[in-house]
Amino acid sequence: MKKNNFCCSSACCKEFEIEENVFVNYGWSEGLTCTPAGKVRIVKAKLELTDKLGAIAVRLGINRNNYKIPPGLYAVGNPLDQSPVLVTANYKLTFDSLRKELSGLNVWILVLDTKGINVWCAAGKGTFGTEELLHRINQVQLQKVISHKTIILPQLGAPGVAAHDITKNTGFRVIYGPVYAADIPRFLNNNLKAEENMRKVRFALKDRLAVIPVEFKYVPKLLPVLFILLFVYNLINPAGIIFAETLYQTAYNLIPYLVAFVLGTVGIAALLPYLPFRSFALKSLFLGFIWAAIVSINSSVFFFPDSSLTAAANILLLSSITTFFGLNFTGSTTYTSLSGVQKETLYTVPAVAIASLIGIGLAITYKISLFIP
Amino acid sequence: MGLAYLKNVTTLNLNTEKCTGCRICTEVCPHPVLTMKDKKAVIVNKDACMECGACATNCPASAITVRAGVG
Repeated sequence: MKKNNFCCSSACCKEFEIEENVFVNYGWSEGLTCTPAGKVRIVKAKLELTDKLGAIAVRLGINRNNYKIPPGLYAVGNPLDQSPVLVTANYKLTFDSLRKELSGLNVWILVLDTKGINVWCAAGKGTFGTEELLHRINQVQLQKVISHKTIILPQLGAPGVAAHDITKNTGFRVIYGPVYAADIPRFLNNNLKAEENMRKVRFALKDRLAVIPVEFKYVPKLLPVLFILLFVYNLINPAGIIFAETLYQTAYNLIPYLVAFVLGTVGIAALLPYLPFRSFALKSLFLGFIWAAIVSINSSVFFFPDSSLTAAANILLLSSITTFFGLNFTGSTTYTSLSGVQKETLYTVPAVAIASLIGIGLAITYKISLFIP
Repeated sequence: MGLAYLKNVTTLNLNTEKCTGCRICTEVCPHPVLTMKDKKAVIVNKDACMECGACATNCPASAITVRAGVG
């Protein structure tokens, strides 16, 4: 087995450091290798508990804006000048998703500074882009490390990178690899030829559900506010203030509203292909209205008064909540277009606003009616 | 995939005359929007376009335009 012949004393390696803090210890790194362009960190091709916990945390919205690694060149296994170069983003979840598929391989990983954002989103914004790729190729002096002229980009980086411009400026040929990192070993083995199914993006149930938990960070913020508003509303009645009973009633009142939120997030995600209409607003209105109708028919179960005013108010408000969050889900999909989302939003947001105002108005009207003999 | 979004909204546009037949658009598109016919790219499923911009960005002949936004 041909070994990397570059020794690691400063006499052999260039003084040039690829990153400022090369000697900081990262749990995902297992040492350094020397290249003609300086020292390069070797990364593990297996995830550890801390990586998996980190992934769960960012899926819940914890530390999501700061979950990144330093950009630059990294090694997996024992890559040499002929080894392939895989380009990726510096969002740690992306980096981990990539390296866990590379066990047993000898490759270089070129990490771009996408400010801690994943490949596809960064490509859309332009940070996983032509300019950054050019900058990074030069910064790590890639032409000194590899003897071939090919770099492999994730297919979903394409919106941000003009392959022909990279070639024009660096002489490196850009090959777009598969959409999913799991297909990389087969892709590399197949002479860098991607099969048709490697080039299509999916949105299966597990993909749809994975992007939902991050929306739940709104709950601890909105739920107390909703509780207090509803509690004050319930407190006001001609019979006088009955504190404990009102607390109890308010808690029950909130249950349908919590369910409406869950339907607009988990519900729409899980049932997406099965709900009627192409529009997300209509799909979620369909789901939300069914629930709202069930609640109104069984209003006493949730301690709502027996009034058509509050029944109508609940239908309008519950449907609005599910519809609003269902529309919001368009931002988390792999197939909605900007033009389509704009069109939907233009109709839906005013409708939801008006429906909510009418609902609140009806609720207030009911409250006032209690005081009129 | 079985999932389809709104019809007739995409801003995707392909100028066949400028197309050089390099087929890169068919490689980078994440959905079944484009294919090659008689050595030129053609749009076969316009409503499947999500306006990601991959095709337009990578077309060396500037034959494709689309309003991509920030993804």
